[in-house]
Amino acid sequence: MDEILTYAQAAPAETVSYATADGLLSNVWLLVAIPLVSAAVLLLLGRRADRWGHWLGVAAVGAAFLLGLASFLGLRGLENKSVQLSLWDFMVVGGLHVDFGLLFDPLAGVFVLLITGVGFLIHLYAVEYMAVDAGRRRFFAYFNLFIAAMLLLVLGNNYVMLYFGWEGVGLASYLLINFWYTRPAAATAGKKAFLMNRVGDAGLAIAIFIMFATLGTTQYDEVFNGVGALTGGTVLVLGLLLLLGAAGKSGQFPLQAWLPDAMEGPTPVSALIHAATMVTAGVYLIARSNIIFSANSTLQLVVVSVGALTLLLGAIIGCAKDDIKRVLAWSTVSQIGYMFLGVGLGGAAYALAIVHLLAHGFFKANMFLGAGSVMHAMKDQVDIRRFGGLSKYMKITWLTFGAGWVAIIGMFPFSGYFSKEPIIAAAFQREDWTAWLFGGAAVLGAALTAFYMTRLFVLTFHGPKRWTTDIEHPHESPPLMTVPLILLGIGSLGAGWLLATSVPDWLTATGGLAATETHHEAVLPHWAIVVLSLGVTVLGAVLGWFLFRNGTATAPQPAGVLVTAARKNLYTDAVNEAVFEKPGIFLTRALVYLDNRGIDGLVNGLAAGIGGGSGRLRRLQTGFVRSYATSILTGALLVMAAFLAVQAGWLA
Amino acid sequence: MTEFELPPIDYVAIAPILIIMGAAVLGVLVEAFVPRRLRHPVQLPLALLAVLAALTMVVVNADKRVITFGVIAIDGPTLFLQGAILVLSAVALLLVGERAIERGGAFVAQAAITADSPDDRRQAERAGGAGEVYPLVTFAVGGMLIFVSANDLLTMFIALEVFSLPLYLLCALARRRRLLSQEAAMKYFLLGAYASAFFLFGLALLYGFTAGMGDRQAGVDFSTIHAAVANSTQSRVLLFAGMALVAIGLLFKAAAAPFHVWTPDVYQGAPTPITGFMAACTKVAAFGALLRVFHVAFEGARWDFTPVLGAVAVLTMLVGAVLAVTQTDIKRLLAYSSIANAGYLLVGVLAPGPEGLSGTMFYLVAYGFTVLAAFAVVTLVRDADGEATHLSRWAGLGRRSPLYASLFTFILLAFAGIPLTSGFISKFAVFGPALSGGQVWLVIAGVLTSMVLAFPYLRVVVMMWLSEPGETTPTVTVPGGLTSAALAIGVIATLVLGVVPGPLLDLATGAADFVR
Repeated sequence: MDEILTYAQAAPAETVSYATADGLLSNVWLLVAIPLVSAAVLLLLGRRADRWGHWLGVAAVGAAFLLGLASFLGLRGLENKSVQLSLWDFMVVGGLHVDFGLLFDPLAGVFVLLITGVGFLIHLYAVEYMAVDAGRRRFFAYFNLFIAAMLLLVLGNNYVMLYFGWEGVGLASYLLINFWYTRPAAATAGKKAFLMNRVGDAGLAIAIFIMFATLGTTQYDEVFNGVGALTGGTVLVLGLLLLLGAAGKSGQFPLQAWLPDAMEGPTPVSALIHAATMVTAGVYLIARSNIIFSANSTLQLVVVSVGALTLLLGAIIGCAKDDIKRVLAWSTVSQIGYMFLGVGLGGAAYALAIVHLLAHGFFKANMFLGAGSVMHAMKDQVDIRRFGGLSKYMKITWLTFGAGWVAIIGMFPFSGYFSKEPIIAAAFQREDWTAWLFGGAAVLGAALTAFYMTRLFVLTFHGPKRWTTDIEHPHESPPLMTVPLILLGIGSLGAGWLLATSVPDWLTATGGLAATETHHEAVLPHWAIVVLSLGVTVLGAVLGWFLFRNGTATAPQPAGVLVTAARKNLYTDAVNEAVFEKPGIFLTRALVYLDNRGIDGLVNGLAAGIGGGSGRLRRLQTGFVRSYATSILTGALLVMAAFLAVQAGWLA
Repeated sequence: MTEFELPPIDYVAIAPILIIMGAAVLGVLVEAFVPRRLRHPVQLPLALLAVLAALTMVVVNADKRVITFGVIAIDGPTLFLQGAILVLSAVALLLVGERAIERGGAFVAQAAITADSPDDRRQAERAGGAGEVYPLVTFAVGGMLIFVSANDLLTMFIALEVFSLPLYLLCALARRRRLLSQEAAMKYFLLGAYASAFFLFGLALLYGFTAGMGDRQAGVDFSTIHAAVANSTQSRVLLFAGMALVAIGLLFKAAAAPFHVWTPDVYQGAPTPITGFMAACTKVAAFGALLRVFHVAFEGARWDFTPVLGAVAVLTMLVGAVLAVTQTDIKRLLAYSSIANAGYLLVGVLAPGPEGLSGTMFYLVAYGFTVLAAFAVVTLVRDADGEATHLSRWAGLGRRSPLYASLFTFILLAFAGIPLTSGFISKFAVFGPALSGGQVWLVIAGVLTSMVLAFPYLRVVVMMWLSEPGETTPTVTVPGGLTSAALAIGVIATLVLGVVPGPLLDLATGAADFVR
């Protein structure tokens, strides 16, 4: 244990430097500008844009995708695969110099492709999904705003730009969770997301202040090159604050509670923002700041612990939920836990986490859109206990959802196997007993994932029909919805292998990610880990199949301690309430009391004093010249006396 | 008998003064010989052209550093302040010349008619305005130009009288509420004469003080006084008493406490364009003279006068800020605000070195534009009896005329020193040098009183926007072209000097060097 807690300082293996962007790459700012302009047009034109507004939104993201692809290909030919583009000085105040600059490097590149690519498909899907909603234009405006903010987040070349994007996606997320703001549940969920994100954002903001205070800069390259000179304690605090920010945005312990509630928004929002892209911003932040996290082993241990705890938490709660979107949401929490585990392990595992992030973006977006398709057929119901037997009625949704299912449980040879199994293997590659702890957690998580996803799949598409009486003929969704599903389904099946073989090499050009670390021997041989993880996956899936192939009760059943706890989100909400909310309310009341009695009293007293003094002094202004002359004379005598006193040395 | 030899005169250097004085004399002739209905169309362009020509000569003289005739010092501060007076007086002339808001303008036709008599009421409704205001304003401007360039106390005294006498007259010429106006003029005259006496007495004492320098002749020019401060053998009581009395004469014009008592009454009673002219141009002239007297003549006694004048500054800020809180009349409120601003300007005067000098000069220009714009708005808020200056009448003005209420809100925010207005930059420009000059107590007093002073400003803002308009809420008259121009110039200058103050600050810094 002593070894873990030392503030091990590892100087960065190489200095980070970025080349200046030119040629096609000097146009990366358009990536942010196009969706932003589109959002502005949609918001400003108002109803006039109702007829064609959604197509403008789709086209903007499509254009951004093509531009992103071209830039990505342009980057491949470069020697130093990181280019930055300084647009203008954003603020220069004293010693603080913040550049409005963009950085396009391999890490940003893959994110741009994920955001615009998956984003484009989801935009397309939403055209049909939102067709009957009166607020479709507003929806697409917010959606484009989100894309612009998310691209700014991953493209900024300093932490202030990242913070801008960070707040921008937070705003878009808030607006979209609230999209049906007339529903009380949606309004409450929006507020909850907003408040919990604020806690994380405060951490990120303070981290940026610390960077400025200790390093005098917020530019990525300067920060990373300067981290080696900081004391271990500073790096630890800095990293913990960044982690707090990341946990807030990514729904990690202890700030995970808002994410499942965010499912109150329209389903495309859940797919794009709360599964594929925005919630992975925390992983991006840690991967981008890998040099800071690698510089302190305690910090890495904290990140790994958060990841392991959250992946188990999400998986256990996911087993007990009956709302199709909430199950997927808790599974998102759990999968991001895997990513945190990966970035926390450091070294080569950073790339593994990014691979899992990208693969997850495909299959989770696919499954959310599939869930949307199911809801479309089932009159917007979400209770999986009232589904069943849908495979006959919606073949395409069934097949694509199935592709997502085999991908997420990590079945060979599908996407999740190639992205998740290496993380499990990496978790075993630690020197001491923590290898068993984190490796075990990862394997247990895999088993639980297999179980609850199988449960979800079987209860929805197989077994007897348990529909509510108002449903007669569920129908497949129109092509505009199924085409994105098919494309994402193909991605779910094949993307993992493709990504796992190419992305790690590609990412080595990102600042800091190339730094190789001494490889620890795994506590288990690699083949054993593969067999183990596949074995528990099959076990979980088979168990799920046997338990639920005949359907389930349509109402909640009495349950044991563990299931009840899981249904209640493992009491994390209750803990939040007891630990934060109650003392917060008490503190607020105390402060209000102090404010009313103490500070307001003081201020009001002062104001009354000045007002009274003013009223009394006013009476000196009598309007008579004689009294004015007297006051001037008095003043003159006083001034004379003062001068003479100075001259006599009395005042010196 | 030796022939009296005139000293050489640099006519180009004093050309601005000559032009303005010539135009004023010409204005008197116009008033005597031009038919009544043509007087206004002739007088206003004449005055504006004279100001423009004088301003051109100031620009031509920009690099001149000379003392001509022994009594007029043309140097950086002189030229800067003369330019400021001319620009601000041009804006004030626009307000004075406005005839569209009220038939015949803000001035009475025949001041000799008994106030409030039936004849007076008749002429208030129908008759045109007096044309004499133009030469009077021009004379006052000429006096101010001499005042800021005077190189000895006697010239300064004469200039003081030259610009004060027309102002006393102008104060009495209001078309409406003439009793109030005449009362204000009377008070201003009596107290002004009183203050002049102080100045003159101080001058005499200082002359006595300079007599004790052996080989050097006695005199009241600033270089002699400067030399005497260093090495006169006379009793220093003469110096300090004289310095105090001269300062009192100048502080009276600057409206510093406790010599401010005339300000609220006069600002309220005078015709509003004249109030604006006094608030902007008289301030520049008075502080120009204070800067010259204390930076040139009494520089050697800096450590002696700083505590006393500092106390005056703090008292001025306090009186202005605290009394502004309970004012109910917009013109009186602006008068107290002007008193508080005199306190802030004194902080700049007391800040040592060229930074304090340039900061004060910047402040004078910025404040002048803002206060002229403020009084321009005051001329617009009217009812059947003329301007509605009681604050309760301004409630709900934001609903009635959002444009003018917005402009006035902006002006008030500038007075309160909100960033992005010239008010912020100018406070910064005087407090900064004072702070680095070690006058921390003055800056603390300045910041605290600014906070107090923000309250009455914001109260007006709240009243304009958050109250429902009542039945007595007056309408805002559509201004004529001249008032619109003055208002636009004032507001734009306030904004521009708040956003890009660099050029004017550089100009002031470049000009911050007295000749001795």
